[in-house]
Amino acid sequence: MAMLHIVNKSPYEKGALESCLNHALEGDTVILIEDGVYACVKGGRAANALASVKGIRFAALSADLKARGIGEDKMTEGVDVVDYGGFVDLVTSCDKTESWL
Amino acid sequence: MSEGIKKFLYVNRKAPHGTIYALEALEVVLIGAAFEQDVSLAFLDDGVFQLVKGWDTKELGSKNFAPTYMALGDYDVSKIYVEKESLEERGLSEDDLMELTYEDEDDDWAEKSSIHIVSREEMARLMAANDVILSF
Amino acid sequence: MKLGIVVNEGPYTHEASDTAYNFVVAALEKGHEIFRVFFYHDGVNNATRLTVPPQDDRNIQQKWTDLQAKHDLDLVVCIAAAQRRGILDENEMKRQGKDAYNIAPGFRISGLGQLIEAGIQCDRLVTFGD
Repeated sequence: MAMLHIVNKSPYEKGALESCLNHALEGDTVILIEDGVYACVKGGRAANALASVKGIRFAALSADLKARGIGEDKMTEGVDVVDYGGFVDLVTSCDKTESWL
Repeated sequence: MSEGIKKFLYVNRKAPHGTIYALEALEVVLIGAAFEQDVSLAFLDDGVFQLVKGWDTKELGSKNFAPTYMALGDYDVSKIYVEKESLEERGLSEDDLMELTYEDEDDDWAEKSSIHIVSREEMARLMAANDVILSF
Repeated sequence: MKLGIVVNEGPYTHEASDTAYNFVVAALEKGHEIFRVFFYHDGVNNATRLTVPPQDDRNIQQKWTDLQAKHDLDLVVCIAAAQRRGILDENEMKRQGKDAYNIAPGFRISGLGQLIEAGIQCDRLVTFGD
């Protein structure tokens, strides 16, 4: 019963990502959207936190990465970049969604 | 899962008063109660501040909706889960919370507490065990 | 699959409505059914036809209105949240004794039960907000 967790907050302003990671279970997926994509920036504290999590798949929304100037060269490893269609596929392939507003 | 009945979890992570989310979340819960689904409420992170007793909104001039939490039991909303770690991080314990009760029809209408203090791990499993999650 | 969408923030201030719109377009392209888009909290502000954004920016309300017309979407604005924030249809204008209404074409005002129904009917419910 995998969950898709949707995180739209910068990890440097709000605790949404931290709380999400504290409640995600093995086999779940976390998609970073809107300001949530700032967690993907290589070398950042949040990116290091993502790297230390095992058993969770991470994705980030390409439109939000591009809008914020986060190119491939700035992306931390282990995060799949998806477009809106890929986001839809994650929603339908997981059993349910939880938005960490 | 029984035919046609889904497990709804209302996840409350925001404090009351500073924004309207807590109040409007309660409005959804009250309407949702009429749909005879399996309903649970989760309070974690700043959401635990919603249940702290002793509200006085007179000077602020806003609606005091604390009584609505107390009335949840009358709407058959009796499964309220509060995360222990979220309380402790904020210097709170169960004693700081409103007394939310319901009458158990399977136990001669005995008055029981609706509040269950759960660990973070139990909260994670609770989320996973529901069908529909409405986040506020 | 049958998808339900919840939009909890107004246009422009927050990205939620843009994200929800782009998600809905992508879902329709993939052949999914959008059972309903439910606008709650400040999300009801997406439904005013009186917004006049600068010409070099998107008109979020118009985009929803156009998408509704193209795909016969059910765009539902919560009545309780709408009344608090001054979003009225003609019916509510008369009922509340107001002198104007502002709901945009393609949106309809209804109760919170429509949100619960979406939760019951849909295979997935996705919330966009703040």
